[in-house]
Amino acid sequence: MARRTPHFDTHVAAGAKMVEFGGWEMPISYGSQLEEHHQVRSAAGIFDISHMTIVDLSGDRVREFLSRLLANDVEKLQQPGKALYSCMLNERGGVVDDLITYFVDQRLFRMVVNAATREKDLEWIRRHAGAFGVVVHEHLELAMIAVQGPTAREAVLGVLPPEAAEQAAALPRFFAVQLGDLFVARTGYTGEDGFEICLPDAAAQSLWDRLVAAGVRPCGLGARDTLRLEAGMNLYGQDMDEDVSPFESALGWTVAMDGERQFIGRAALERQRAAGVPRKLVGLVLEARGVLRTGQRVVTAAGDGAVTSGSFSPTLQRAIGLARVPAEAAGECQVEIRGKLLTARFVRPPFVRNGRACEGIL
Amino acid sequence: MSNIPAELKYTHSHEWVSVEVDGSMRVGISDHAQEALGDLVFIELPAEGDQLEQGDACAVVESVKAASDIYSPITGVVVAVNEDLADDPGIVNSDPYGDGWLFAVNPSDESELDGLLDAEAYGETLEE
Repeated sequence: MARRTPHFDTHVAAGAKMVEFGGWEMPISYGSQLEEHHQVRSAAGIFDISHMTIVDLSGDRVREFLSRLLANDVEKLQQPGKALYSCMLNERGGVVDDLITYFVDQRLFRMVVNAATREKDLEWIRRHAGAFGVVVHEHLELAMIAVQGPTAREAVLGVLPPEAAEQAAALPRFFAVQLGDLFVARTGYTGEDGFEICLPDAAAQSLWDRLVAAGVRPCGLGARDTLRLEAGMNLYGQDMDEDVSPFESALGWTVAMDGERQFIGRAALERQRAAGVPRKLVGLVLEARGVLRTGQRVVTAAGDGAVTSGSFSPTLQRAIGLARVPAEAAGECQVEIRGKLLTARFVRPPFVRNGRACEGIL
Repeated sequence: MSNIPAELKYTHSHEWVSVEVDGSMRVGISDHAQEALGDLVFIELPAEGDQLEQGDACAVVESVKAASDIYSPITGVVVAVNEDLADDPGIVNSDPYGDGWLFAVNPSDESELDGLLDAEAYGETLEE
C-alpha cells in the first residue's frame, strides 16, 4: 500500500489527480499542469515533495565517510549550511543515485535522496557507513515542501516569524539553515529561486495552508517534471542509472577527481576516461512539430542514440528533451517519432532560466 | 462528472461522432478523454482525402504527459480536418464537443453508426 504524505487529504480536496510514485500517493496535477508550470515561472508554486527521503549521517568520521561515498568532494562544504549536489557511484562508475548533501556541523550532515531509490540507497549508504562508525538515520517523521518561483522567497518570508524570516532572507543560494522546527534550504528542482523546507509532519499542513492563503498555488509532480527538464536537470532512472557514468550523463562537473581522494567508482571512471567516454547526454530541441518522449530513437551522423527525457516545454512552446548519443555527435540530428524522422538540434542545457529561454536554445 | 451530450454517438476508446447536415460525420474525443489526458499540446490529424477504416489509428493527441492514438469510429474518406488545432490544441480541452472537433469523414456505410454507443451506454462504460 502506497504511503500518504501529511497533505494527502488537502490534495484530494483540491481535486488533485493522484498517482503512485516511488511508493507514495502523490498529486500529478490539480487541474491544468500547464497553468501550474506557468505559475512557477511567473510567480510561485508549492510542491509536496514529502516522498523524498531525508537521511542524517552523524559521527566523528562522517566527513571521511562522505569523501569515500560521494563522487563530488565533501571538502567543498566548509561553511555550515552549505549544500552539495553529487552522485553516489557503484564500483563500475554507474550512478546509484543523485542527491544533495547539507553540511550541518562537523559531526552531522543531512542528505536528501530520491524516493524511487530509497531502499537501495539506504542499503548502500549503511553498507559503507559501518566501517566509519557513521550512524545513518532516516527521518520518517519529516515532510518536505518546495516553494519555487520568482516570488517564492517573498511568500515564504511573509509567513515565517520575524526572526526566522530574517535568517531565511539572508540565506545565500545553495545554503540551508535550521530555524526551530524548519530546515530551510535555498535549493530547488525548477530553475527558479525558492526554498525547499523539511519540517515535522505535524507542522506541515499549517505551513502549506499559510502559503496557499498567501497566493502560492499548489503544483503537482507533472509540472515539477517539465520545470526540471526546462532547467536542464537530470531525473534519476530516466537520464542516468547504475549502468551509465556521470561523464555519460552531463554530470562530469559534479565529479571531483583532482587529488588522490579514493571515492567509490573512481577507478572505473579513470578507466572510462582513459579509454574515451563513448556517449554523452545532450539537450535536444525539436525543429518540427511534435513532442519528444523518453525512448525515441535519435539518428546522428555518428550513430544512434535515444531520448532519455522528452516533453513539451510550456515556456518555449516547443518540444525539448535530453538524449544520450555517441560522443562524436554534433549539430543536427533526427528523432524517430511514429515511424517518421523529424529534425532536431543539439543544444546545451539549461533550456530556461529565471522564466526565459537561454541563449542558443530558440 | 463528465459531460456526455445525448445527441452524439461514442466508442469504447472515447471518440465521439456527430452527423452533420451535409451527411458527413464529425469526430472528436469525449470530455472524459480530454480530462484524463490533461492539457493537450500537439495534435496530429489525418489528411483530407485519406481513406479510413473503422478502428484505424488515424490521429494522435499528445498531452504534456503522453501521446494517445485516436481510432476512426467509422469507415470513409476524410473531408475536413480542424486546422485551428495546429496553433491551439488546448481547444480540445476547453470545448471537446464543439470547436475542439478533430476531423470529418464522408461515411461509406452509415449503418456503422448503429454499432456505436449511445450517451447512456457510453456513460456506463465510464462507471465500470
